Amino acid sequence: MTNNPNSIEAQKANKISRRDVLKTAGVGGVGILLGASGFGGLMSITESKATSKTEKEIVPFYGKHQSGITTKAQNHIYFVSLDVTTSKKEDLIKLFKDWTKASGLMTEGKTVGELSSNEFLPPKDTGEAAGLSPSNLTITFGVGPSLFVKNNQDRFGLKQKQPKELVDLPKFPLDALEEVWTGGDLCIQACADDLQVAFHAIRNLIRIARGKAILRWAQTGFQRSKQADSKNETPRNLFGFKDGTINPDVNSEKEMNEIVWVQPGDGPNWLVNGSYLVVRRIQMFIEVWDRTLLKEQENTFGRQRESGAPLGQKNEFDKPDFNHKDENGQDHIPADSHFRLSRGDGTQKILRRGFSYSDGMDVKTGALDAGLLFVGFQRTPSKQFIPIQTRLANMDKLNEYISHRGSAIFACLPGTKQGGFIGETLFN
Amino acid sequence: MKLLKVSGILLVSSSLLFGCSNTEKDASTEKVKETNNASTDAFKGVTDEYRKYAIGEIEEFVKATEAFTTAVKNGELDKAKELYGTSRMHYERSEPIAEVFGDLDPKIDAREGDVPEAEWTGYHRIEKGLWVENTTKGYEQYADQLMKDVNLLRAKVDTVDVTPELLITGAVDLLNEVSTSKVTGEEDRYSHTDLFDFAANVEGAEKIYQLLNPALTKKDAALSKDIQAKFDNVYNLLKKHKTDGGYKSYTDLSQAEVKELSQAIDALAEPLSQIGIVTEAS
Repeated sequence: MTNNPNSIEAQKANKISRRDVLKTAGVGGVGILLGASGFGGLMSITESKATSKTEKEIVPFYGKHQSGITTKAQNHIYFVSLDVTTSKKEDLIKLFKDWTKASGLMTEGKTVGELSSNEFLPPKDTGEAAGLSPSNLTITFGVGPSLFVKNNQDRFGLKQKQPKELVDLPKFPLDALEEVWTGGDLCIQACADDLQVAFHAIRNLIRIARGKAILRWAQTGFQRSKQADSKNETPRNLFGFKDGTINPDVNSEKEMNEIVWVQPGDGPNWLVNGSYLVVRRIQMFIEVWDRTLLKEQENTFGRQRESGAPLGQKNEFDKPDFNHKDENGQDHIPADSHFRLSRGDGTQKILRRGFSYSDGMDVKTGALDAGLLFVGFQRTPSKQFIPIQTRLANMDKLNEYISHRGSAIFACLPGTKQGGFIGETLFN
Repeated sequence: MKLLKVSGILLVSSSLLFGCSNTEKDASTEKVKETNNASTDAFKGVTDEYRKYAIGEIEEFVKATEAFTTAVKNGELDKAKELYGTSRMHYERSEPIAEVFGDLDPKIDAREGDVPEAEWTGYHRIEKGLWVENTTKGYEQYADQLMKDVNLLRAKVDTVDVTPELLITGAVDLLNEVSTSKVTGEEDRYSHTDLFDFAANVEGAEKIYQLLNPALTKKDAALSKDIQAKFDNVYNLLKKHKTDGGYKSYTDLSQAEVKELSQAIDALAEPLSQIGIVTEAS
């Protein structure tokens, strides 16, 4: 994204960062600093650092939209799918109210409850995030098709509210979905720059849900951390290629309204300002990929590995030339390459917010169990994810190296104001 | 197992251990003590009642162990196998009290690997003989030893000081036992009679809930109702696995059924863990 990283690097080298100053102060005492800026200077640096740091690491939970959708991707994701076990609508409403309250607190780095003076009770908050930065924690809630109708049953009297777009995804060719990684009545996506903070959020929300909903499946994921990528380049997937070069501009309200947020008239009004989330657990055959020739790898993606540039171009963000042929008359960017097929004619776009996952070893094969937890947001799945994935499933050269093991679709509810609750438009 | 020992003995002294760091702390410790004393008196009827229940179960346990060990010594393999699951249930129901004796509990109930091989005695030792070696031969001495230990347990149990804390922690600990060893099928790894122990632990927890329920209902009627509903849910799931003589072999349960049971225990234990509110002054 930064076209000229050198200049930024140069700036960094010349500037003593505040963090460095503080580190020096902490480790070596204040002597050097007094000489440099005077005591008052140190104090002011410390204060501004403290406040700006906390502010910077809080993503507001309340708002028109839920956070965690157009929020810049954090370092970690903890995604869970849940099944509702209660049959009472009032339990469900209470659950969302309790979840909203807890989420508002946790995203500000607070505990979900005060420590009780009664030592014969377990603590309300599980405690492992005590004293930690909020780490840009976002918590995003969604509802799946099976919350509305399951086994032909209108479970909570919500059937007439089910959007036409909120139905199970069609079976795509080559899908190898496993029941244990598929579907769910509800989802929670917790993203944070610290995995312990994200875990704490999910753990406490599941605990609050006990007796009302149970865990169906769970998956963590990661991106290269901000610390590791100070240049803020496009992240690379576990195949080593840049992933996310073409993504809608989250800072453009117009684009987000066109691509991501459900608009009035799209369907039931309760979902206006919400979004559809498609999640796919895509296993990567790492070992097979690693013995694939570079040329083949690049043809598979349609991009150069090193620069991320479209084949035939120089830089990552150069415009691809799909008509360009090599000396043998072959497409420079093969017709079955991942990049070309995903793009199609360029009219179908989704906001991708995927994370890599690594679940240790596949006990059956002894290979690494690793891949992509694809998360994509959109306004109309039938016009966005579904046609794109249909093209990919039919032709994508990448299919040789991947397998879709899990899948689910959820409607991410609109945001709420302080005092309200996530889901109020659906349940009221 | 371990948790209970800690709760039975250490809880009483915890305020002594941690209460002396500063005056502020002392004040708060005092407050807790007061609540404890108040609740100890207030729950006198309940603790007496529980004591009666637990001793009753242990008396049944003595009788059942008598029958079980006799079958082992008489070489009645099938009869011994039949009695194994049901006789243990009395012990599992009264675990908060039965396990207080740190020396006897492993002798009666240790699983293979819990103690050095040479010291391994009790129910699970005989279980291995009955199911793995398919014999009672050579296990007569273990039967004799088990009977002795169980008789000793009966004699000692009168000395247990039953406090409200023991009940409060005991109820959830019984379910924690289910979560950590019964659900995993590790308790009765040779006989696969884990569901007997599972059901007995739940029944033992329910007894405590019932005894504390009048006080709980006064404090939080909705919580009490919720706990009862979650007990009912667990019993409904267990009912699916009942047979004429007791319960299905644990190995006959599908992974999904095990998960269902495990999550039902979590759904029950979470609200049950709030039962300590009965100690708060209203």
